[in-house]
Amino acid sequence: MDNLQIATPEIFLLAATCAVLVVGLFVNAKSNTVYWLSQLSLLVALLMSFTQSGGGDAVTGMSGAYTLDSFSSTLKTWLLVVSIGVLLYSRDYVGDRKIQRSEYFVLCLFATSGMMIMVSATHMLTMYLGLELLALSQYALVALHRDNSRAAEAAMKYFVLGALASGMLLYGMSMIYGATGSLDLNVIGQILAGTASDSPSAERTVGARFGLTFVIVGLAFKLGAVPFHMWVPDVYEGAPTSVTMFISTAPKIAAFAMLIRLLVGGLETLNADWQQMLAIMSALSVVVGNLIAIAQTNIKRMLAYSTISHVGFLLMGVVGVTNEGYSASMFYAITYAFTTLAAFGVLLAASREGHDVEVLDDLAGLGKRNAFLASIMMLSMISLAGVPPAVGFYAKLSVLQAAVGAGFAWLAILGVIMSVVGAFYYLRVIKMMFFDEPTDSVEIKVAGDVTAGLAVNGLAVIGFGLAPGLIMSASIAAFS
Amino acid sequence: MITLSHYLALGAILFSLSVVGIFLNRKNVIILLMCIELMLLSVNINFVAFSHFLGDGAGQIFVFFILTVAAAEAAIGLAILVVLFRNRSTINVTDLDALKG
Repeated sequence: MDNLQIATPEIFLLAATCAVLVVGLFVNAKSNTVYWLSQLSLLVALLMSFTQSGGGDAVTGMSGAYTLDSFSSTLKTWLLVVSIGVLLYSRDYVGDRKIQRSEYFVLCLFATSGMMIMVSATHMLTMYLGLELLALSQYALVALHRDNSRAAEAAMKYFVLGALASGMLLYGMSMIYGATGSLDLNVIGQILAGTASDSPSAERTVGARFGLTFVIVGLAFKLGAVPFHMWVPDVYEGAPTSVTMFISTAPKIAAFAMLIRLLVGGLETLNADWQQMLAIMSALSVVVGNLIAIAQTNIKRMLAYSTISHVGFLLMGVVGVTNEGYSASMFYAITYAFTTLAAFGVLLAASREGHDVEVLDDLAGLGKRNAFLASIMMLSMISLAGVPPAVGFYAKLSVLQAAVGAGFAWLAILGVIMSVVGAFYYLRVIKMMFFDEPTDSVEIKVAGDVTAGLAVNGLAVIGFGLAPGLIMSASIAAFS
Repeated sequence: MITLSHYLALGAILFSLSVVGIFLNRKNVIILLMCIELMLLSVNINFVAFSHFLGDGAGQIFVFFILTVAAAEAAIGLAILVVLFRNRSTINVTDLDALKG
């Protein structure tokens, strides 16, 4: 067997998911057995991928299809941490509504396995399979609330646009395969750089460039960057809030990993081409995302446009084609995931059976009803707005620094102006929570472990802002 | 003599047809699913043609995986379609307007 042990966390998680699926058939639909088993599987996979991260040097296995390096082990650890948080926060929400719980948790586990495969894939076939495992689970998750007509519509839109994106990505991959004769991203990188035995002909680079364009369109769809962002607000609004939380957190880390593996790992020599495309998408995303978010009254839609603007910032680190920029973007992706997790966690905790927190007015006076939830929400909002000392400030600072350092000063200036605009709608949420009168007087009950989870999450938002070195050093190590 | 560019042209035409089909279709969601299927098949033509002319088997292996994933994708798409039809009693694309998108 060809270095199969580098994939032990994924193999374990897939096997455990299949076991949980079978157990789910036999247990009482109201019991929490499936939930605890899912958490246990994620926790064991987390420990496995954490202990794997000691090595340092990159190990490839399965004929170059799979790589374990510090990039993949750091991202996998964070993916699993975020997924554990998603399951914790969504447990009571899923239980109160008519969503089949065992299917919900199993689909989350399958999606997590797909993301782990995407992060480690250095071969276009493994990458495609990981991506589809994630995407198919997500389509099903959005449609899981069967009697909700908006969720069904959101699922249909997500499905059609997601499949279109996969098709674009595949068409691009087929062109790159034709141009280089290989599906292995490391080999593709060597061939295009001219270090392989056969040097690249002009014809080959043209073919690879043609493919690159389609690959970037596919990636932009998956990330939700303007002008390929149409699905994001609709899916965020239509999906059940717990599913929106899942879609907006961990998959962003996985999509970032895919971007790095494809563009930096495989096609870095074509950077003159992809740099311009990413710079334009980044500029459009920060402008469109922040401006349209101001006009939103639905909080899930507002967070969707906020995601679009954050994807713009994420791309800002990558456009520079420097290792500092890549590590800044990696830091951004990780911290963005757990900051948004806290915001959605509060929305889920403040919802109750028959009443979802959906419009901004539902948050009015939350500070008077439950000061703890309101303060966690406040931490998350100031971090998303980029106010020190929260972690979002440091993340924005480092991507802006990377963009300026690489000669994209105009992009950095645009980013700063737009984050000032963006601060308005984040601070509006804080103002509504603490200074407006409550419209709803029902007491908010939050389970003990969810409270503990939210407290840890809030501490992480502040703590990593005060000590960003802990994540930053791992991000720098991933690109050195 | 049929050369590689003939196959690539066929793949490109089918791919463009499917993309145009997705954006122009205003009538029926099932046609969208057919377009998605056509898109994946046009990619398969590309892969098989490249694989043959490069003398490398990996492209054909990729095609097997794409076919399998396409089947799973069609199953999920039709399942979502059934859910949609039960809720709305219509599968007209122009009626999908509850969300502003």
